[in-house]
Parts: sequence; C-alpha cells; structure tokens
Amino acid sequence: MPRAVRSRLPVLQKAPTGISGFDDITGGGVPRGRPTLVCGSAGCGKSLFALEFLIRGATQFGENGVVMTFEETAEDIRKNVASLGFDVDQLIADKKLVIDFVKVDRNEIEENGEYDLEGLFIRLAHAIQTVGAKRVVLDTIETLFSGLSNQAILRSELRRLFGWLKEREMTTIITGERGDGQLTRQGLEEYVSDCVVLLDHRVVGQISTRRLRVVKYRGSTHGTNEYPFLIDEEGISVLPITSSGLDYEVSPERVTSGVEGVDQMLGGPGYYRGSTVLLTGTAGTGKSSMAAQLARSTCARGERCLYFSFEESPAQILRNMKSIGIDLAPFVRKNLLRFHTTRPTVHGLEMHLVRMHKLIAEFKPTVVMVDPISNMRAAGTLDESTNMLVRLVDFLRKSNILGFLISLSAQGKAIESTDEGLSSMVDTWLLLRDVESHGERNRLLYILKSRGMAHSNQVREFLITPGGIRLVDAYLGEAGVLTGSARLAQEAREAREAQLAAEEVERKRLALDHRRKSTEAQIEALRAAYHAELEEFERIAAGETERRQEAERIRQAMARSRRITGTPALNGRK
Amino acid sequence: MKKDSPRRKAAPKATAKRTTKSPEVPDDAWNLRLYVAGQTPKSLAAFSNLKRLCEEHLAGRYHIEVIDLLKHPELAQNDQIVALPTLVRKLPEPIKRIVGDLSKTERVIVGMDIAKLDAI
Repeated sequence: MPRAVRSRLPVLQKAPTGISGFDDITGGGVPRGRPTLVCGSAGCGKSLFALEFLIRGATQFGENGVVMTFEETAEDIRKNVASLGFDVDQLIADKKLVIDFVKVDRNEIEENGEYDLEGLFIRLAHAIQTVGAKRVVLDTIETLFSGLSNQAILRSELRRLFGWLKEREMTTIITGERGDGQLTRQGLEEYVSDCVVLLDHRVVGQISTRRLRVVKYRGSTHGTNEYPFLIDEEGISVLPITSSGLDYEVSPERVTSGVEGVDQMLGGPGYYRGSTVLLTGTAGTGKSSMAAQLARSTCARGERCLYFSFEESPAQILRNMKSIGIDLAPFVRKNLLRFHTTRPTVHGLEMHLVRMHKLIAEFKPTVVMVDPISNMRAAGTLDESTNMLVRLVDFLRKSNILGFLISLSAQGKAIESTDEGLSSMVDTWLLLRDVESHGERNRLLYILKSRGMAHSNQVREFLITPGGIRLVDAYLGEAGVLTGSARLAQEAREAREAQLAAEEVERKRLALDHRRKSTEAQIEALRAAYHAELEEFERIAAGETERRQEAERIRQAMARSRRITGTPALNGRK
Repeated sequence: MKKDSPRRKAAPKATAKRTTKSPEVPDDAWNLRLYVAGQTPKSLAAFSNLKRLCEEHLAGRYHIEVIDLLKHPELAQNDQIVALPTLVRKLPEPIKRIVGDLSKTERVIVGMDIAKLDAI
C-alpha cells in the first residue's frame, strides 16, 4: 500500500537552470513554479546566478523571463552579462526577456496614509504578459525596505507577492543580501520556504574562494556540501567534486614515459594509461625535463597533454626545454599541448581544482601534468592541499588520464616521503636525487614503487644532455655508487687495465713465436746434420761398392792374364 | 472587481477632465498625476483627499490626471510606480512623489510644498 500511495504523489517538478553543475547537485534545477531564494553577501555572484538562470532559460529551455531589478539599471545588467557572452539586447528584441528597473528612492518618496504595492504587481504582470514569461528574477527585492518605511505593509505585500507568483506558476529566483545571524537582512527566508541557496565568498589567508550550498530544498534530495564555484567568461560553473569512490575502470594499456631508460626500468612499455605517477626530487634534478619528455612523446602520438605549471611561464618552459633538445613549440601550435600557468596564490585551492576540472573537461587530454604539487600549499594549508590533490588524482583516474605529478622535496628531509602524504595514492613513484662526491653533484634516478609491473631495483645515473635525458648504468664502487667524473675515472681505469692485459697477451704471444722460431731453427740444424751424415754415409757406401767392383774388375783382369790356370782357378775359387 | 473598474474609474477621470477644462487654469498650473489601480477604497480616498486639498489651496491653478494602471499597466514604469496610490507632482519642478491615501492632509501640504506657495 505505501508504494501505491507513493506513486500517486505528485513528483516535484524542477526547472533546469542551465548553470553547469548546479542542476547536478539539485537533481534537475530549482523547483518549477515556485520561488527560490539565492542569498549571499555583497559580490558573491547572486545577481549573476539569477541572471544566468533567466538567460539560459530563454536561450536553452524556451522559457522566457522577466527580471525586475531594484539595484542595477537595465544598462548595468546589459553590460554585466555582455562580458559573459550573453546578448541581452537580442533577447529583448526577440521578446524573450524583459528588464524592468524599479527605482525606489526614499528621498523622492513621501509616505502618507495607507498604500499597497499593487504598482509592483501590475508592472510584473505586464512584463510577464509581454513575453509570456515562465521565469522571474527579483534582484534584490529587499531594497524596498530601504525605500519605504512601513514594514507592516511591506511584509504583508511581499507575502502576497510570493503567493501571487506561485499562483501564476512562475519559477522565481529572489536574491537577498546576507544578514547578521540570518540568511537575509529582512528575513526573506520566512516567505520563500521551498528552496534556499546560499552563496559565499570566503577569504582565508588573503585567498578567496566562492562556495555554494543548497541550504534547503523542500520535497527534494540535494547535495548538502559546500561546493566551490567559478565565475568565468562562460558564466557560473559549480563543480560537485566530492566523490572519492574507488570503482573506476583501469586500463592495461601502457604508454611510454618518453625516456627509453625509464621504460626499461619499468619493465618495458612504460606507465599504465590512466595511472598516477609521482616524481619527487630535490631542486634542479631535472623533474621538469622528465615532464617535457613525456609531453613530447604524448603529443608525438597525436594525443593531448595539459601542463599545469605553477612556477614557470609557458615561454620559459619552451625555451628551457629547447636547450636540452626538446622542442615543444610545434605541439603547442597544433593544439596538442596546452600550458596553464598560474601562481598558486591567485585563488584558493578549490578554485584551482575547479579550474583544472573545467580545463580538463574542455581540452580532453590523455596526460595531465602538475608542476609542482608541492607549492599548492601556498594557497591553503597542508591538509587542504592534500585533500585537493587526492580529489584531483581521483578525478584523473576516473577519466583514465595519466597524471604526472611533480613534487619538490625539501633539502635535508627524508626524500622517501612527500609532505602531501601522496605516496600511498600514486601508482608509480620515481625519485630523482643528487649525490655529491668528488666535488660535483650528479643526478640519480630510481623507482621507489610501481604498482603492477616488474620494475627495476637499480639506481641509474640520470644525464641531461643536449639531446635530452639519458640514463646510464651507475658504477658501484667501494665507496658506493660512482657517478659523474668518478664514474668516468673508473671507466678510464678499467680501460687502462684492459689495455695492459691486452699488451701482456701480445708480449707472451711474441715470446712464444720466438720460441717456436728458435725451436724450428734447432730442428733445422739437427736435420741438416743428419742429412750431412746421411750423405756421408751414402757417399761412403757408394765408394765401397765401386771399390768392390773395381776389385772384381781387377781380379778378372788378373785372371784373364793368367788364362791357363785361370779357369780352374776360377772354378776352384767358386 | 475588474469588470467594475472601467465604469467606476470613469468617475474620477471625468472629474479630472472637468477640472482641466475649467477656463481659469493658467500656464504655470500645478500638474498632478494620481496613479491608482481600479476603484479601491484607498484610491477613492486618495482622490477625494487630493481634490479637497487642491480646491482649498490651489483653486483654479491645478490639473489632476488620474491614471488607472489596470487599464494602462505600461505607464507604471515611466514614473517608477511601485506603491499605490501614488501622487506625482510633475509641475512645478522638481518632481515629487507621495504614496498613500493622502489622509494626513498637513503632511501633503508640506510634502508638495503647497505651504510655501501659500506663504507667497
């Protein structure tokens, strides 16, 4: 049964304001056909809020409007909103908007006896009828209290006016000046009970932040936080940056860090897309150069990169990076790289965050750099800056944007920590430090952590050369890591030793060669002696044979000479 | 009430016209304009109070124009009318405004500088 009852209940109708973010907070805008009170102190932007509601109503939602202004003339209003790009004259010419300036000057008005504010009703009714208005703005109706003295009449007439507007189903915004101890000076909140929005312009430590809060919204749920808002050339933007859910998608895709050596240290392909990288380092260790390399490689892929710089101007960054061979100017021209440079103290942290949100939503980068996060503290307290950065990191992760945060670590402090306490928030943490030895300072890079990748545990030397950043293996010597000229000396020593060893081998080889040659010579001499003996022997042997033949020849010759006895002798001899 | 207003309004307006037509009105006459919204008790009271006052102090030198904003709402803006009834002294300069039913006659005399005129 309760369910049936609920479904029969009329749902509160809402009229979108068109003010970016506000409709999200309120789940659709202000209550349709009812008055809404927008209050705040002077200069908080309440008139602008009301006018934007009216103008966007006429231009975007087809609901014409009437503004009854008690403080500014029609001309003032025209000028005020022209700076936001709204052409009021055109809207008036198109019969979509009526501006009625109501001047109530106590000096010109004498009160005498009974009166009512029917004149105001008639003017309003006439204006509404002229354009067929659905929306009405009364800015700032409390001015009547200073122009007319009969409070009793004014109060009863105001009550009647709000009833009258409700009866005509006018979606109305009434602005009111903030009073002491109550929302408005004249207690307008008594009459407007449906929706009350409070605008605030707070200055803390000389830095101002605009905030908006929905104090009350009868019959509707609404965000109850204080939301920072921004007034810029496109009007008001309210940013409901409160979510810190951890339910975002993650990407397995990896993108290069822009430095080959760093990619190798991370196990190959580089950072995860959409992850958060923290680079900490002491002054002058090349943090911005790392960022520039990343920017270059991102833009070279045709992706967009947004660089928030809180220390250097774009021209300065471009010039400095060019000196190490990183030319970013072409990417700026192609609108792939955008710099946004402000001093942290320009406005409050919330405003920084709002502005960053807005720029990111508008530029749609895949890589966002913040250089450095460590001086955001200048615009607030440490806690506030941590809070702001956590929300920024959440937002970047949710949008699958690679966040590259640079933090300057103070000299003499533990380098494995950040003041902002971000260490547990980030996915990859690179640390740049310098070591002083042998009368020089050299840079070292190592990876403190990198979630979800097999990263190197090595310390590398980090060189900034005219051709960009280069990583070199650092030498481990007896006194620790050797860098710079110590490394060069070590390299030279090793080269010398290698040379000496090579010379030794050569010497040995030559000696052996000699030995071989002398051995061969000895062999040759022996062989020669042998040959000589052999020859001698053969000669002797040959002489002997000849002698025998000679002897035989002689014997035969003798036998022939002694013929008679020769034959028997021969035979006998045989 | 709206239905009644044109007819009822005709009465004061006719009165006003009758006043203007009186031959003895000089060029430097008082030009008074009374803004009302229909024939409410307040507007009727304001008109009769004003008329009586003028007859007493400015006989033959005044001109009352009654403007019914229910009929001519566009006229409200020109004279910056917020409260009703409103009496506007267009002439002599400077322009002066009195809101209310003009029941406090003495204050109307002071407010409109009629007393000064009498002194002269």
